[in-house]
Amino acid sequence: MFGMLKPILKNWAGKPATRLYPFDKRDAFENARGQLEIDIDNCIFCGICVRKCPSTCLTVEKANSKWELDPYNCVVCGVCVEACPKKCLHMNKNYRTAAYVKENDSQIGKPPVKKAVVE
Amino acid sequence: MGEKRRTVIPFGPQHPVLPEPIQLKLVLEDEKVVEAVPQIGYVHRGLERLVKVRDFNQMVFVAERICGICSFQHAMTYSLGIERLMNIEVPERANYLRVIWSELHRVHSHLLWLGLLADAFGFEALFMETWKIREAVVDMMEATAGSRVIISTCQVGGVRRDISPEMLQAIVKLTERIEREVKAIEHSVMNDYTVQKRTVGIGVINKDQAWKLGMAGPMLRGSGVKWDARMLGYAAYKHLNFEPVVETAGDCYARTVVRFREIFVALDLIRQAVAKIPAGEINVPVKGNPTGEVMIQVEQPRGEVTYTLKANGTKYLERMHVRTPTFANIPAFLTMLPGCELADVPVLALTIDPCISCTER
Repeated sequence: MFGMLKPILKNWAGKPATRLYPFDKRDAFENARGQLEIDIDNCIFCGICVRKCPSTCLTVEKANSKWELDPYNCVVCGVCVEACPKKCLHMNKNYRTAAYVKENDSQIGKPPVKKAVVE
Repeated sequence: MGEKRRTVIPFGPQHPVLPEPIQLKLVLEDEKVVEAVPQIGYVHRGLERLVKVRDFNQMVFVAERICGICSFQHAMTYSLGIERLMNIEVPERANYLRVIWSELHRVHSHLLWLGLLADAFGFEALFMETWKIREAVVDMMEATAGSRVIISTCQVGGVRRDISPEMLQAIVKLTERIEREVKAIEHSVMNDYTVQKRTVGIGVINKDQAWKLGMAGPMLRGSGVKWDARMLGYAAYKHLNFEPVVETAGDCYARTVVRFREIFVALDLIRQAVAKIPAGEINVPVKGNPTGEVMIQVEQPRGEVTYTLKANGTKYLERMHVRTPTFANIPAFLTMLPGCELADVPVLALTIDPCISCTER
């Protein structure tokens, strides 16, 4: 009946197992997948990320140079990051916090430069 | 003495001990259960149907989300199935990494379950203690894979992330620490008067019944049947030594003991895998589309999961069927219920370790 006594005394004498969260935050681990971000200036709007995404949270409009992410539909798997040919997608290690208004992350980039046609 | 009055009590779909929605209509005579009528279908998500609109590589992440606790094993079972269809030879290092992550999942799942069971019979201190130990395991998964529970590291052809030698050593240290901490609470689980009073001799299923009812996992082993899908030797299990934990009593206590001892077996398997892991590639490129039909079994924390995959040479599969261990254990649960006390129903429900969202997909 007193089997739990040892762990209980140990916990009583030791430090608390939890943190005082908003004041004491644990840093995210080095390779943690928190949220998806894009370096829009390097994006060529090829749409490979859209085809690879398992949760269909990405849309790319090549004509308008627009890249859009629905962050609340994203499962943060990181497949798009691995697939991106220009390596412009990356994972921020801090997770996305709760929001009052759920908005898509929509970014407009520069239209890709067309190669000069040699006549 | 006339006929006893019967009362029907709905157990669930929202119930304090069971976070998942299953309803049992319990027909009672006084405090004794005489009949139980189950009703499921509250969390059906239609994930199997998604094979028509997601290609076979994307489906790994869908399969992973069938279960929120044993997610890695779902992804692994699916990947093993596709790899068998496409005759892909997975690099050995990937096989070992799969074993390490699978066993970490088993440890955290069993600790979570033990906490829930302790909570069900009112042993709050044990509940807090087991979940405190579990926290270190999910932290380790975040450090190695990037996410806490749904780690998304499995893919067709191998794994997506490698674990560095320093992290492998950290995992070994963690297993030693967990072993110490779990041993510290062993006495209060195995020999405690309260635990024994609530579990010994309750919900007894003998060996023959267990086999006939088609039970799976720790439930089956708790009834004395030595069957563990890991003995089939998938991934790197063929290179590792382990003995399935078997108890013969077949009651709630035996099932608790099986799961408790399996934590030590899982920790030992992790250490063996770290000691034997070879260097090399972690995945191979996948070319072409799968064709044919395959059935594959993997041992999850809750028991044996079976995937049946049918492919037709396109990038979309024709059919994916999942038989989860909880589905196999529900008939046994309904066999245990008649004759038990109403107060024992939560404990019986928890010893099958139900995962209803798995079962309904």
